[in-house]
Amino acid sequence: MIVELGHFTLILAFAVSIFQTVVPLVGAHKGWPEWMAAAAPAASAQFLLTAVSFGALTFAFVTSDFSVALVTANSHTLKPLLYKITGVWGNHEGSLLLWVLILTLFGAMAAWFGGNLPPRLRARVLGVQSSIGVAFFAFILFTSNPFLRLESPPMNGGDLNPLLQDPGLAFHPPFLYLGYVGLSMAFSFAVAALLEGRVDAAWGRWVRPWTLAAWLFLTIGIGLGSWWAYYELGWGGFWFWDPVENASFMPWLISAALLHSAIVVEKREALKSWTILLAILAFGFSLIGTFIVRSGVITSVHAFANDPERGVFILFILAFFMGGAFLLFALRAGAMEAKGVFGIVSRESALVLNNVLLAVSCFVVFIGTIWPLLSEMFFDRTLSVGPPFFNAAFSPFVFVLAVALPIGSVMPWKRASIGRAMRQQLPAAVLAVAGGLLAYAVFTGHSAIGPVFIALAVWLVAGAVVDLFTRTGRGALGARLSRLTRLPRADWGKAVAHAGFGLTLFGVAALTTYESEDIRIARLGEAFDVGPYEITLTAVREHEGPNYIALMGTVEVARDGDLVSTLHPERRFYPVAGMPTTEAAIDNGVSRDVYVVLGEPQQGGFALRTYIKPWANWIWGGSIIMALGGLLSLSDRRYRVAAGARRQAEPKGVPAE
Amino acid sequence: MKRLLLILCLLASPLWAVEPDEMLADPVLEERARDISAGLRCVVCRNESIDESNADLARDLRLLVRERLVEGDSDDEVVDYIVERYGEYVLLRPTLTGSNLVLWLAGPGMALIGLGLAFGYLRSQSRRKAEGEAAPTGLSDAEQARLRQIMED
Repeated sequence: MIVELGHFTLILAFAVSIFQTVVPLVGAHKGWPEWMAAAAPAASAQFLLTAVSFGALTFAFVTSDFSVALVTANSHTLKPLLYKITGVWGNHEGSLLLWVLILTLFGAMAAWFGGNLPPRLRARVLGVQSSIGVAFFAFILFTSNPFLRLESPPMNGGDLNPLLQDPGLAFHPPFLYLGYVGLSMAFSFAVAALLEGRVDAAWGRWVRPWTLAAWLFLTIGIGLGSWWAYYELGWGGFWFWDPVENASFMPWLISAALLHSAIVVEKREALKSWTILLAILAFGFSLIGTFIVRSGVITSVHAFANDPERGVFILFILAFFMGGAFLLFALRAGAMEAKGVFGIVSRESALVLNNVLLAVSCFVVFIGTIWPLLSEMFFDRTLSVGPPFFNAAFSPFVFVLAVALPIGSVMPWKRASIGRAMRQQLPAAVLAVAGGLLAYAVFTGHSAIGPVFIALAVWLVAGAVVDLFTRTGRGALGARLSRLTRLPRADWGKAVAHAGFGLTLFGVAALTTYESEDIRIARLGEAFDVGPYEITLTAVREHEGPNYIALMGTVEVARDGDLVSTLHPERRFYPVAGMPTTEAAIDNGVSRDVYVVLGEPQQGGFALRTYIKPWANWIWGGSIIMALGGLLSLSDRRYRVAAGARRQAEPKGVPAE
Repeated sequence: MKRLLLILCLLASPLWAVEPDEMLADPVLEERARDISAGLRCVVCRNESIDESNADLARDLRLLVRERLVEGDSDDEVVDYIVERYGEYVLLRPTLTGSNLVLWLAGPGMALIGLGLAFGYLRSQSRRKAEGEAAPTGLSDAEQARLRQIMED
């Protein structure tokens, strides 16, 4: 019954989305206020209906209703509750439902917080947003219905893929989708602006928080995914340039470019048509990502739902929205003349450089990802494009970006001097060189690329500190420090995000250059050295989990005779899915991870792999700090001014909080 | 029953990547073998190098790489040997030949085009500034009127 209710509300949401596409857009075109005003309540209704539908599916999973085909295929009564819930989106149909839930959530938020938008723009934004909903509701209902029943329900289900039975599944996809789908708002604003035929500073101010929110969710989502792939074996480590990883990275790069160019629109009324183009592209790459993950056209370690027919449907959606938006862009972009003028050396031009580098690096990732496909189609060469290509082709862009960033970040608007900016960043440069030399001296005998990128990382972090400090103006140190606390949150956000980028770069450089590995047959009780650590496999015993059985090793990690940590790597077997998995055990640390993997029993011992992964956690720590910077920037006063002004206009009578 | 399952588990469980018994005694040769196998794709896997794959075929290839190295082949000779048997598909780093030049040059080419366009745009910007072009307000007549009305309120 509840399942049918979910199915029904999904169909209703589909109907509402059609209404919300047609009525406000017609209203905006004709100038009918009532028709335009219909958009906001429709957006709320659409979200609530989809939420009920999602709740119904979750209910079916939690209660293990095996009359639902999807539950049978992806769940089992013995599965822990957490994985019953996360199993809702651990499959194609359910994850799409989560996708539209977030899509309608963003639409509803635009309706709730968009009170300060001009009514016509607001109606158009909500109409366009809803048209995306129409496409995806149709996709779900006609090709991937999660509510299909089985005629004769089995006693139990087939269990979720054991690799997905991990807390990572609880957080990684929702954040990633918040990012992917959040970019639909930027797209809707861009198309609405094209329909309006004008883009001004106010548009820049409205679109930027949405982009910032999408970007920060994407940052967290990718960071979590990278962390998950790091500790889950068989997924190629923290970053593997796998097509699915690239699919999330491309919108991230474009949205990073977009949120920088939107600053130029907001502050200087320039780069308008370019910003519109980026907003369209960012969502385009989100759709391409959806296509890559679900079509099975490109092989990946992370794809779990592969169906070419569904791929074709997504391809049509992609072609429709991108084709329509680009056509509109070609017709209307010419009307958007820039107003602000600026010198060749200025913050504007630094942001243009940022955009060129980010957009071209995204293009490199894109062509590398689809090259196997193109090559087979047009040149009849079946080949692979793997990490060696991406490392070689992508790193130069990171290098240039990292070199230029601290200098560009201290440049003033309109007119700047490279010499002056470099003088301001001199302390950061000195620290960077010192950091690079230190890395070179401590780790002799490794590739020279490591120290170079470590120097760049120091340059970025120190450069962010300098940037923040120069914002305090002149005067005594004490006065400047006290002014530091009163700087706008946007300034803090910028510095924190840039420093986070530096920390991530540091983690990546240190891990990839200085990782050490040991593979051997370990006999019980026999100690051996890996780097500065003494490793002992003390016991291997059987262990029973809720829905698996395992061999669990006990590994003692000691340093200079003191026990640092006791680790328990496992080899699990999931009887229902009939699948074995290997669970690494990790001792997390600030400056290194000790990473232990238990292997086969052989020759009177067990195969044991030990890795020392230096500074690994900084990769994800940096991502979180980047996202934190985005959050700080998002909480800046200027985005709340309009909301505050509206609140004041309301009749008083309730005391302030 | 549990023990039986565990035995089954051990039988069914995959070999995980490089096993100790595969490794060569000579650390220099072993290091070279690892480097080579990190660049070769396991042809039956989704998207993994033979160095980290647990497939039987990947193990066979790892052993083959080591065999060739022990027999004195250079790194390139080993890679050529494998490519000859399994095709270009096994190379994770596409070669710099023929149509692949498009792939390798796409990035640098696009960067040059992008920087050129950006520079052209910036120059036209600054030239406009030199001419002292007055910035239009961008408001229509109706909006001008509305603005006046707001200012008067």
